[in-house]
Amino acid sequence: MVVLVVVGLYTDRLEPLREKLAQAVTPFYQITDVPSRVNDWRKDTFVSHADLKLENEALKTELLIHQRKLQQLASLAAENVRLRQLLNASQMLQDTVLIAELIGVSPNPLSHKVIINRGSKDGAFKGQPVLDAFGLMGQVIEVGETSSTVLLISDPTHAIPVQVNRNGVRAIAEGTGDLNSLSLRHVSANTDIRAGDLLVSSGLGERFPTGYPVAEVLQVVRDPGKAFLTVIAQPMARLDRSRHLLLVFENRDRASVPGALSVTTVEAASSAVSSAASSVGGGR
Amino acid sequence: MLSPQLNLYFIVALSFLVALVLSVYPLPMDMRWWRPEFVLVVAIYWIFFMPLTVSFTLLCVLGLFQDLLEGVPFGQHSLGLVIVAYICILSYQRVRNFSIWRQSGWIFVLVGVAQLTDNWVQGMAGRPLSGVQFLYPALTSALLWPACSWWLNGMTHRYHH
Repeated sequence: MVVLVVVGLYTDRLEPLREKLAQAVTPFYQITDVPSRVNDWRKDTFVSHADLKLENEALKTELLIHQRKLQQLASLAAENVRLRQLLNASQMLQDTVLIAELIGVSPNPLSHKVIINRGSKDGAFKGQPVLDAFGLMGQVIEVGETSSTVLLISDPTHAIPVQVNRNGVRAIAEGTGDLNSLSLRHVSANTDIRAGDLLVSSGLGERFPTGYPVAEVLQVVRDPGKAFLTVIAQPMARLDRSRHLLLVFENRDRASVPGALSVTTVEAASSAVSSAASSVGGGR
Repeated sequence: MLSPQLNLYFIVALSFLVALVLSVYPLPMDMRWWRPEFVLVVAIYWIFFMPLTVSFTLLCVLGLFQDLLEGVPFGQHSLGLVIVAYICILSYQRVRNFSIWRQSGWIFVLVGVAQLTDNWVQGMAGRPLSGVQFLYPALTSALLWPACSWWLNGMTHRYHH
């Protein structure tokens, strides 16, 4: 038993086995998801006409606001492309996304993982970035056929390269095991970083696309006795509330996605969402 | 109607299935520490109920399935299950005569032991633990014990004999 634990932890020999067997446990998560589905159905079905009307109006207003923003975005994006051409830089592309639904939360209280209802059949792959409407949530670490596991950015084994949106200072944001805080690693004492700064993904490390909001700096402690600053940041994504997540496909991979149709149908949603999340032009 | 022996096996399998489902029932992130160790408590009940027919291989398989289900390193739960099962087999003659609340106290100790091994494995996997939070599941499991044994007693009396 102890040998099994050690082999499982320090080698990746058991990974293929786990992937094969992952399909067997999906039904359990589907069963435990039933109450929340019933609840969703109840909310959708037993709702008054007046409430629906109110919600419809609120949504229309919101849509109008977003459309106004999009109008500006189009010209800004065009301008960005022209400037990049002037600079001979590579063109930035919009990413495509696939909407996924959360069906379970890892029961292990020490790890921050969630289970979503998309798997290899929908084109999900290991290392795929996952967003919600507010920012970056994490990455896919295990892919089954119809479900996969997402490691959240707040997990203590997770780290993500970020940069400060204000001035481009780069850092690594590590999970702390607390849902509401990330800590920045090895930030030297004279770095220009302060509370309120937005941290966006820097795209270094080639796993996460550039420019998605990751966290907001809450607190910077300058302790003269320590070599580095202690920087605490709060994740922008609602790690414990969002039920609808977005799987990001970078454009160069799109040809290889089997569910390409469903991907392209949400392409329009992609631009709307990225503007809502105030990230202009992710991807490479 | 099934034979009493088959009936009993069916109840055992059903209780473990229910325990497995409860062990992955989604809880809010901050509440997860309070989830009782359902599978372990049910396993302890059956070991006390029929200590001479315990199969350690089956317990290992059960633990491995739970590891797969919860997405933790393989062997974490089987290790805890096997250690606790061994202690149970050494102690069942005394513990069966305890009052229900003394049994609960004993469950607290057993689940605490399993939590220790769980957290060793988690610590090796890079998720070290700080504080005494790991005893919360032991506490809730001890509180669950009277309800669990009442339910399983009822099941076995109604369908087994």
